[in-house]
Amino acid sequence: MEVALSLAIGILTASGLWLLFRPRTFQVILGLSLLSYAVNLFIIAAGRLRTDAPPIVGKGPADAAAYADPLPQALVLTAIVISFATTALLLVVLMASRGLTGTDHVDGEDGEA
Amino acid sequence: MTQWSDHLIIVPIVLPLAASALTLSLDERRRAAKRVISLGVAALMVAVAVALIWSARETGPVAYRLGDWPSPFAIVLVADRLSTMMLLLTSVLGFTSLYYATARWDRSGPRFHTLFLLLLMGINGAFLTGDIFNLFVFFEVLLAASYSLILHGSGTERTGASLHYIAINIAASLLFLIGVALLYSVTGTLNMAHLALSLASADRENLALVEAGAAILGVAFLVKAGIWPLSFWLPRTYGAASPPVAAVFAIMTKVGIYVILRLSSLLFGKESGGAAGFANETLQLAGLATMLFGILGILAARQLTRVAGHYVLVSSGILLAAIGIGGEALTAALLFYLVSSTLAVSALYLIIEPVERNADEEDLIGGIAEPVFDDEYVGAIEEKEDEVGIVIPGTIAILGGGFIFCALLLAGLPPLSGFIAKFALIDALFRNVEIAPTHWILIVLIILSGLATMIAMTRAGIDRLWTPGEDSPSRLSLIEVTPIGLLLLVCLALMLTAGPVMDFMQATAEALQDPTGYISAGGPGGTVGDPGKAAVSGLRR
Repeated sequence: MEVALSLAIGILTASGLWLLFRPRTFQVILGLSLLSYAVNLFIIAAGRLRTDAPPIVGKGPADAAAYADPLPQALVLTAIVISFATTALLLVVLMASRGLTGTDHVDGEDGEA
Repeated sequence: MTQWSDHLIIVPIVLPLAASALTLSLDERRRAAKRVISLGVAALMVAVAVALIWSARETGPVAYRLGDWPSPFAIVLVADRLSTMMLLLTSVLGFTSLYYATARWDRSGPRFHTLFLLLLMGINGAFLTGDIFNLFVFFEVLLAASYSLILHGSGTERTGASLHYIAINIAASLLFLIGVALLYSVTGTLNMAHLALSLASADRENLALVEAGAAILGVAFLVKAGIWPLSFWLPRTYGAASPPVAAVFAIMTKVGIYVILRLSSLLFGKESGGAAGFANETLQLAGLATMLFGILGILAARQLTRVAGHYVLVSSGILLAAIGIGGEALTAALLFYLVSSTLAVSALYLIIEPVERNADEEDLIGGIAEPVFDDEYVGAIEEKEDEVGIVIPGTIAILGGGFIFCALLLAGLPPLSGFIAKFALIDALFRNVEIAPTHWILIVLIILSGLATMIAMTRAGIDRLWTPGEDSPSRLSLIEVTPIGLLLLVCLALMLTAGPVMDFMQATAEALQDPTGYISAGGPGGTVGDPGKAAVSGLRR
């Protein structure tokens, strides 16, 4: 479980960073999306990995040890929504930039590349 | 939590939110109504901020638990001297920028007032909140609004600049989340005051994790503050933005500075055990490098907007280096400098456009652009152009006067508030018995930055204003002059009341050095604190 999660975070981060430094706007957006997935997984990991432990307390007296920490899950939900919204906004700016400059290079002009 | 005045703290967040929803529901053509609403809200926010400062001065830090949940489970808003002071600064800048925008800029794109009010809400929330994840949310609110505001007016330059701006800020936000997650994984809390308490008693083995988290978190704020080498986006973005937007963006770098100041006071103050004084040296060096970069940028800049952008960097550098050095007197001085320089830069951004309009060149900032999305306007722009208000004569005299005033303020020449601020900084540095080499460098760079600003401003003034040209002086409306005058008047008032203001800053600095007041207000209350801790540590196991 730990290995799988850390591998997932690592691969997502590496791919995201590589794409982030590419010169095409679409690659940058995909890179940022991958990075945000990696960060979301990381936040889950910050709440400690637990299996078979629900984050919601049922009726009756509760033993805190039997439940997963609900807070990181709430944080991840918020983070997902926010990064979704900002990515959508960035897509609009990408389209506007493509329309205005006629190229999808991040600097608005094609270099030698 | 029964008196109505207890709820005053949340007004700076709720009021602009409600007003921006209201302006959103109004048609683009009902501009007058929108102007009245947003200007009224901005003026009201100045009054609320003054009231909050008053109460923070009288009673010390006050916390407001949202939903009246027991702390630390509630998200708290904390109003202390520092946050209310920043609130007042924000609302003054918000009011003057909005007022300036009504001259013509709010017509150059859709939903200006809605976005502007949302930006103010985000900034106010970031200053008030006492919860680190809530801080992230408010950061995203203000960033989302700023993304759209940069684009306001459209055009190739703005779109290109905002593409970079959005990309770097999303990346910084991801770093923010990583930092928050790391801090949470060690302490099990997101409440800043509670975080300070938990860190003071944290295990030594976890210290590395805490420091890593704080460092990653810090990078996110330093990107906003424009520290070198993470600052290359700033001059271009601010230069591309329309003038009223750039003028209010002057406070946005200060949001980063504020958070650094707040967190280093809470998490890495004198009493926080092993982590005390974390990253101070890094801050000093990075601040000095930022100043150097900014000074060179000011000298190399060929456009006034670039001068202003690099001046923002210089002031960020001075503030960061001073935060790194620390100490009560220096903190008080840096707060005074923060207020003075923010007002001055904002005034400069507002005055640049009329000054450059004078110069007979292609319009550098870009006039009112064509709409991007046709369906959004519904005839909002086509209708009667240009009733810019009363056109006043003697344009050059007034512009020149304001420009000189701005230059003196920015360069820090006597007798204006910029001078007092820089003098206080240098005086505080000299008060130490032993003056470290970095302190000497800081002093030299402070003086050099004044010189560089003076050179750049003189050059620009001769180039744009004081060379007799054959072109007739341009039109200048009263609506544009008033906000610039207001900002400069505030600086003048700051100079005249420097004594009392400095006393206030001194008390603020004392509270930052010893944040027990903040912690007891915002942290877990005595009655409900322990069960909360038990639950959290139970989960932590």
